[in-house]
Amino acid sequence: MTDLITTPNIKDADDFYADLLALHDGHSKEESDLINARLILLLTNHIGDREVLTKAMQAAAKA
Amino acid sequence: MKKIFEVPMYAYEKSSDQDATTPVRHPVVVIGAGPVGLGIAIDLAQHDVPVVILDDNDKVSFGSRAICFAKRPLEILDRLGCGEPMVNKGVQWNVGKVFFDEDETYKFSLLDEDGHKNPAFINLQQYYFEEYMVDRVRALQVEGKPIELRGNNKVEAVGQHDDHVTIEVTTPDGPYILETDWLIACDGANSPTRRMLGLDFEGRVFEDNFLIADVVMEADFPTERWFWFDPPFNRGHSALLHKQPDNVWRIDLQLGWDIDREHEMKHENIIPRLHAMLGEDAKFELEWVSIYTFQCRRMEAFRAGRTLFAGDAAHQVSPFGARGANSGLQDTDNLAWKLKLVMDGKAPDALLDTYSDERVHGADENILNSTRSTDFITPKSDTSRIFRNAVLDLAGQHEFARPLVNSGRLSVPCTYDGSTLNGPDAVGLPAALRPGATAMDAPTKDGWLLDRLGDKFQLLAIGMDAENGLNACGIDIETITLASDESPELAARYLGGAKGAIYLMRPDQHVAARWTSFDKNAIQDALKTATAQGGK
Repeated sequence: MTDLITTPNIKDADDFYADLLALHDGHSKEESDLINARLILLLTNHIGDREVLTKAMQAAAKA
Repeated sequence: MKKIFEVPMYAYEKSSDQDATTPVRHPVVVIGAGPVGLGIAIDLAQHDVPVVILDDNDKVSFGSRAICFAKRPLEILDRLGCGEPMVNKGVQWNVGKVFFDEDETYKFSLLDEDGHKNPAFINLQQYYFEEYMVDRVRALQVEGKPIELRGNNKVEAVGQHDDHVTIEVTTPDGPYILETDWLIACDGANSPTRRMLGLDFEGRVFEDNFLIADVVMEADFPTERWFWFDPPFNRGHSALLHKQPDNVWRIDLQLGWDIDREHEMKHENIIPRLHAMLGEDAKFELEWVSIYTFQCRRMEAFRAGRTLFAGDAAHQVSPFGARGANSGLQDTDNLAWKLKLVMDGKAPDALLDTYSDERVHGADENILNSTRSTDFITPKSDTSRIFRNAVLDLAGQHEFARPLVNSGRLSVPCTYDGSTLNGPDAVGLPAALRPGATAMDAPTKDGWLLDRLGDKFQLLAIGMDAENGLNACGIDIETITLASDESPELAARYLGGAKGAIYLMRPDQHVAARWTSFDKNAIQDALKTATAQGGK
């Protein structure tokens, strides 16, 4: 069983969050949606573990 | 010059059945002379089962229709004696290209494994496919095999009884009635037989239209499958280009749901679309055009009493993935030997229920793959379109995204996992050839393995001794003994790391059971299991 990490795991959280928003600066809603989708695909492939991905999807759906 | 599909191939001839005072009873009647109906009829006739095929017209398929045939059906057709002319005429291909918007995103190769007699795929117009099958019917007739093909015999009514089926047929000479012990309905997605028997056909409708245009064109496009998502010449939709023999090119353009069918079918409206795709200077001639919509659906069961359904009559999928005719031939492969054993009284009627069980499993696999391809090609929501486009954006630069691109998952043979006919498996042998799987071809000292397999139960003893002349329940088992080093492919596919193995093979070249030592009782038990008569 691989657990989904749901405790703080990113250093300098405020910087990361600012980067995430900056990624979308100057983009239309449509472009932003596409960027988000690419980001999800890149990250999910990086994680790779189907169990973790399933847990993350469940957590996202419930929140 | 007339096209092959414009010439009567099995012109109407009056049968003596039409003058009979009481209806003549046949052992097997097949409705439909398409690839599936011809396939089951040839298979049965090769086993000396008398069979009559009824078709409502007298010509092969109008237009090319199914064009892509996979390795497994080609292997089945080899067993039916008509695979070679198809492979010789067909166009072999193994490279595909995916385009998104204006750019080529990536190229893939369906690596053709060595050590198989047949190629991974051929493209061949359905009318040639059917022509070669009709040729085979004629050759069997010359050999004296009991097979009859009746053109312009349209079935008007079907009545099921406990031990037979009655069929009302109309012909140019008027109506007549036939009886048959067994009826096999291969009359297509709109199966009149299914409708006449009031049977269900449930599934999902896809709200989309596709234009097929087959053009004859001298062009130097390579022999590759080209698939476009959202190209400039068909904005917001998909397109496909694929080569067939005789310089015929298949073009498939997605049109969307709200279209004026009549308008889109007019040649003056099709020609500019094709010029936009092929270039303003392209010189081509339209051979056949059609607009299709599709559904992914199947019957709840492929058997209703004495009537068996095969091919599109039993299940329908989208054309992406070449799973229509290809799965229909796997139906007939599964059905022929079972029907023969039941008719000969060597297996119980329940064996025919396993035809439905195993092929429903195959149909579900095809429907799942086909539905997923369709959802990728024609996204049904904004979010699904966003993800689809994101995958295509990434696929050019990032290899990881390529397996997510789904322009059709091409037909692969079905493994009957969980079938009640499967016998024991042995630890340590390659998983790909577990019970339920189709045999894989390999070279042997006496030719291709698959040329030596099929039509009866066989024991494949590789790298070990096995007794000859085994039988159970009146069914003979032929033993084929092979050395473990006859070819590296044979050893890799059938033994893996094991020193030797015994495979019990079904008449349709599927694995029934396997062991790593010879045990006569276990083999006889597995044969009983494989024919639905107990066993362990």
